[in-house]
Amino acid sequence: MTAPLGKDLLGLEQLTAGQINLILDTAVPLKEISERTIKKVPTLRGATIVNLFFEASTRTRISFEFAEKRMSADTVNVASAGSSVSKGETLVDTARNLEAMRIDMVVIRHPASGAAQFLAERIESNVINAGDGTHEHPTQGLLDLLTLRDHFGALAGKRVCLCGDVLHSRVARSNIWGLTKLGVEVAVCGPRSLLPNAIEDMGVKVFDRIEAAIEWADALNVLRLQLERMQAGYIPSLREYNRVFGVTRERLERAPRDVLILHPGPMNRGVEIDSDVADGPHSVILNQVTNGVAIRMAVLYLLSGNTPQLAEAAKGSA
Amino acid sequence: MSAARDLLFKGGRLIDPSSGLDGIGDLLVRDGKIESVGGAIAAPADATVIDCAGQVVSPGFIDVHAHLREPGREDVETIATGARSAAAGGFTAVCAMPNTDPVTDNQAAVGFVLKQGKAANAARVYPIGAISIGEKGERLAEFGEMVGAGAIAVSDDGKPVVSAQLMRTALEYARTFGIPVADHCEDPTLAEGGAMNEGLVSARLGLKGIPSEAEEIMAIRDILLARRTGGHVHLCHMSTRGSVELIRWGKDRNIRVTAEVCPHHLSLTEDEVEGYNTHAKMNPPLRSQDDVEALQQAVKDGTIDVIATDHAPHHYDEKEREFADAPNGIVGFETALAVNITWLVKPGIISVATLIDKMSCAPAKLFHLPGGSLRRGGAADITVFDPTREWKVEPSRFFTKGRNTPYTGRTLTGLVACTVVDGRIVHTVKG
Amino acid sequence: MPNSSSIVLSTRALERTVNRMADEIVERNDGTEGLVLVGIQRRGVQIAERIAARIEASEGVRVPLGALDITLYRDDLQTVGPRPVVGKTTLPIALDGLRVVIVDDVLFTGRTIRAALDELADFGRPARVGLAVLVDRGGRELPIQPDVVGTHVEAPAGARVDVFVKELDGKDEVVLTNGNHAGAAS
Repeated sequence: MTAPLGKDLLGLEQLTAGQINLILDTAVPLKEISERTIKKVPTLRGATIVNLFFEASTRTRISFEFAEKRMSADTVNVASAGSSVSKGETLVDTARNLEAMRIDMVVIRHPASGAAQFLAERIESNVINAGDGTHEHPTQGLLDLLTLRDHFGALAGKRVCLCGDVLHSRVARSNIWGLTKLGVEVAVCGPRSLLPNAIEDMGVKVFDRIEAAIEWADALNVLRLQLERMQAGYIPSLREYNRVFGVTRERLERAPRDVLILHPGPMNRGVEIDSDVADGPHSVILNQVTNGVAIRMAVLYLLSGNTPQLAEAAKGSA
Repeated sequence: MSAARDLLFKGGRLIDPSSGLDGIGDLLVRDGKIESVGGAIAAPADATVIDCAGQVVSPGFIDVHAHLREPGREDVETIATGARSAAAGGFTAVCAMPNTDPVTDNQAAVGFVLKQGKAANAARVYPIGAISIGEKGERLAEFGEMVGAGAIAVSDDGKPVVSAQLMRTALEYARTFGIPVADHCEDPTLAEGGAMNEGLVSARLGLKGIPSEAEEIMAIRDILLARRTGGHVHLCHMSTRGSVELIRWGKDRNIRVTAEVCPHHLSLTEDEVEGYNTHAKMNPPLRSQDDVEALQQAVKDGTIDVIATDHAPHHYDEKEREFADAPNGIVGFETALAVNITWLVKPGIISVATLIDKMSCAPAKLFHLPGGSLRRGGAADITVFDPTREWKVEPSRFFTKGRNTPYTGRTLTGLVACTVVDGRIVHTVKG
Repeated sequence: MPNSSSIVLSTRALERTVNRMADEIVERNDGTEGLVLVGIQRRGVQIAERIAARIEASEGVRVPLGALDITLYRDDLQTVGPRPVVGKTTLPIALDGLRVVIVDDVLFTGRTIRAALDELADFGRPARVGLAVLVDRGGRELPIQPDVVGTHVEAPAGARVDVFVKELDGKDEVVLTNGNHAGAAS
């Protein structure tokens, strides 16, 4: 039997393949709830969840909020800008305040890598990482896995290439860990200035040409190119980026097989991905959004059983 | 001012690399001076006798790189608490870096540090003046006046000297006064935003890395400028294999380059950052195992001249935050000896005598400071330590106000038993 | 006391019982018009399928069949430790105005049926909801009674009633086990 999840979901790096599959398997029946007229089950009735967003995010926050509400939890959204020393209260104070309010779960999005773990180590509530800096975005990684699994069935042996700004992408890191654990061959493709120096040591292949990546892959997960990266000088221009690395229909048509297209959103159409690809027949970008709610419901459900006392009791009886 | 009573150190192992001394014997201190060394010495009437059996009697340690935070951050450390902490670590003298608030960039500020140091009545405190006014990297500070007031070196530590022209001028101008220019080697454009060593760990944790080259590029620039100017450049807290190779290159050509390394860079790697441990955040960052080994060898073969702590206390809640936002630095005085013994002497990389050279004799010589020797007639700055005694690091028992150390809970080997400055006992451990 | 098992329904008996339940359901609902069978995950689903097959054989009508997983509606989720596995819920059609018969293997405390009623309510407003169970073992903790019962068993609190079905367990059988510890299945 697979070990249940721990108290928190901080990243996919720490999870086993069994735990990842448990989340995916749990998400599958939960998809049906969102198809009902009354899109709500009473599972988390009485549980209080705080969505703590220190960084602007529309789709992740909305997706979490739908998941929470469909599980009947009471939710509060807290949006706060920045984490810098000069602005407002520190994260540790925020943590203490949340603890004092006896909340059950915290969903945290934060610009600093490690912020979710920092919080998790200081409060008893379950903590779900909704993206920390350039570290991980585990629920995005999981929904990408579910979308791929829905399409391919078994994932082992499939080839997935992450395209674009891997250096600054928490989505890329979560994907790399999740995919490799499930036996998928992973590659990255992007300008070397946007790839971590040590990327090959993370067990992935590197393509310098998007054409070669397309020829190799069963699926492309096209990462969002943050426009700030250009201003920071990592690439000379968006125009050139699209010319060299853009996922275009012309390039896909030359591929030996149909290549599935994923994008975590929001998209820069005409930069990293062309519109006719994003809206094309092999795009599963909207399936990703649908799966996002189910994945987050599954994570909420699975973590809600892991209050520390119960986990202890469960250990004793096992 | 003189000590009222004579001190007789009885039966210890006397080690003084500056005079080649290494043997069991007694040492007598009178009027703040070393009166006699070696052999059996009968205790004079009224003398305080210190039983040193099983202990090493060494010239007092000298730390050429410390941050005492006063003036400006007295909540974090004062010169008094810093000097006391230093004494507890066996240091009889420490050099205070000028990156305080205000910066030690003029003779009055130098005088203030000196005055507070004397009042501390613990380890001696020597001020290091700033290279540039306000450490802004623009205009040279008044080296002449600062040296006149007691500064023993100049440095803009905490920041690199970005302008090569300013560094060149500083080396030339410092040469006039016979003082070293200590540089914090870091190319700011490469290091910007970095929080740890660049490598697999930084890639995994999603933390911006600081590449080795950020240090090495500045190290070779400084070495080349020392060659051009004939000035003495002292490279602070070296952390990479590449830096070691560049220093070796400079020394092979008789360029006046000296270098220091910190105990943490000789013992710990970037793996300590795992779990976003802010107590492992420092600048330069903890590097790879390969770098640690290169630095250890460089201490052994003399490429690195001195071991300095870069003692950098922070308030506990400053470290209690997101990794990228946490300040750099760890406290160093009270763990330095034990870390060095545990990671260098115990595994047989260097001898106790070599360690004493790196912590006492060499710093005195390079920075032209008193001490660093057990020679008869010299200042009685002496450290007695037990090189085999194990102890557990408990920051709550530190004398420094800082608690920020990655060694918490570790058992280390080597304990300071007694520290004597100017013939007076400033620190002693019972039992 | 060591565990002692006895067979409540053999393979043949189980088949006869299910057939009788099917007939009774048709009778009570005055035919198959607007009838929907909803099996509770897991073994209620297989029992419901057999009832549907029997109805089809006798009436010539295939009644719509659904499956209900009540895990997310359980009232003991806060105390069971690691989360139970969630099964599939599939309902063939909107339930408004229909006659729904919930089918389960064993009726014990009634809590599962309470959860099933709550869940059904989220799918619409049936004209009538009935309950058919293969085994009623007594021990109710809620005011819930079945309309159609395959067989009654007097099972003490510590005993277990296990229903085995060919599709999942390789055999058709109902077994009563008297034991010292509380049973898991029902």
